[in-house]
Amino acid sequence: MRNQTVANFIAEHVREIPRSGIRDFFEIVQSMTGVISLGIGEPDYVTPWRIREAAIFALEKGKTGYTSNFGLPRLRQAISRYLERHIGVRYDPKTEILVSVGVSEALDLALRATINPGDEVLFHEPSYVSYNPSVALAYGKPVAVRTSAEAGFKLLAEDLEAKISAHTKALILSFPTNPTGGVLTLGDLRPVAEVCVEHDLLVLSDEIYSELSYDGTEHVSIASLPGMRDRTVLLNGCSKAFAMTGFRVGYACAPAPVIEAMMKVHQYAIMCASNMSQEAAIEALENCGKEVASMVNDYERRRNFVVSRLNEIGLPCHLPKGTFYVFPRVSQTGLTSREFSLRLLQEKRVAVVPGDAFGPSGEGFVRCCFATSLDLLREAMNRIEEFVRERRNK
Amino acid sequence: MDPLLEILHQNARLPHEEMARLLNLPVAEVEQRIRQYEDEGVILAYQAVVDPEKIDADSVTAFIEVSITPERGGGFDRLAQRIARFGEVKGCWLMSGGYDLAVMVEGQNLREIARFVSEKLSTVEGVISTATRFQLKTYKQNGVILGRSEEGERLSVTP
Repeated sequence: MRNQTVANFIAEHVREIPRSGIRDFFEIVQSMTGVISLGIGEPDYVTPWRIREAAIFALEKGKTGYTSNFGLPRLRQAISRYLERHIGVRYDPKTEILVSVGVSEALDLALRATINPGDEVLFHEPSYVSYNPSVALAYGKPVAVRTSAEAGFKLLAEDLEAKISAHTKALILSFPTNPTGGVLTLGDLRPVAEVCVEHDLLVLSDEIYSELSYDGTEHVSIASLPGMRDRTVLLNGCSKAFAMTGFRVGYACAPAPVIEAMMKVHQYAIMCASNMSQEAAIEALENCGKEVASMVNDYERRRNFVVSRLNEIGLPCHLPKGTFYVFPRVSQTGLTSREFSLRLLQEKRVAVVPGDAFGPSGEGFVRCCFATSLDLLREAMNRIEEFVRERRNK
Repeated sequence: MDPLLEILHQNARLPHEEMARLLNLPVAEVEQRIRQYEDEGVILAYQAVVDPEKIDADSVTAFIEVSITPERGGGFDRLAQRIARFGEVKGCWLMSGGYDLAVMVEGQNLREIARFVSEKLSTVEGVISTATRFQLKTYKQNGVILGRSEEGERLSVTP
């Protein structure tokens, strides 16, 4: 059969979704050698040994079968205790917590369980690449709310309210934000929560970077604000805080009817998250505070290094209060994000991610991940400095 | 612990200018604090962590468990310091448990260590007994795992 004919098999709503901009870039990087990559969205740490050891022990004990659709009861209890400690909200491990295959799946479940065709779902932008397509795949209509560097990439209540229509059902909130490193303090969250209550919005709060908060910033979950617990689906997981990306363990917490609905989708689509990964996650949530603190400490220092170098180089960037990304402005070089990233890669072999991959409002910026060794960061910054200097002299 | 000390502990050879960037401090302050640590004897020395397997080291290391008689007034200190002064002794700790001092000794070969133990260590007045354990292979030293790590392959670009 001709490819054109085969393409007709593809569902229309899938055909309409563009490939991730990161994907294209990844393929170019893959074809080159000697590249220092700041384009990575995961910790450079290997999972702390005690967590890996727990996974090995789980295998030794033969924990190789399915688990409850909701996830191991012991893990749900651990999640409940962990969240109570960290955000001061209590979820019932029996009915209000669902363990998923990473936060990505949990987000997909939340959308599929709550969105009717045509419902509008708001998300702030620049943001993680999957929000927009995930909403579309759930037959919702994604609506972006722009945030700006000037406002520290915070979501402002007035900008949010301006995008609300009669069809608005939900808001995807994701702070600390990939790719900008923006955070919302309690004071920033209050007006956002008020808008959500006033317009009866459901909030899907992706808090995967919650542990990676710097300068003593305390992560505040919107679920902890008055009136919000019952209208929030809290999404979090082990990937970033515990350097467990490959384990694929995430979780969703919400009032029982929402979790029950999400569980139905999860049950038929996925069954359950990997058993040994869940065992490893118990060890992470219960016993790894020290390991997390030491990684966060280290990220914070590398962040200081990168931000001070980038500003010196002439790529202004704000000091991110969370995540392991910096989001410097590159438009003053006269290049678009994509041109900047492509030429930097070709001429100096440093990979960064063009800001427009995270939505149109990311244009003019690039994302650099500082979860990379100091030696590589130093060399990458030197190469970027050369690149910018050569541009200036042209 | 002071974050500056943590950084020095990880890599004392990092340029001061980079330490300053990592900690968001002026370079002058970093240098002043390091000088102060050195003056106050907080920082005792800067040393390299070397993989003995890689340098064809013709030396032997032993951990010796030493029982000694504590003294009125000084406890174990005077004897411990006396033992620690020998050039062969690379480390010396007072321990809880079955013996008193753990003494790390380095020598050219087994005979040299044997001679040190029989002629010097066990003849120190107050030493009751010794038990010598030879080190066979090093897996981790000063918090550094030896050998090349094969861990942590990552894709070059991820969301």
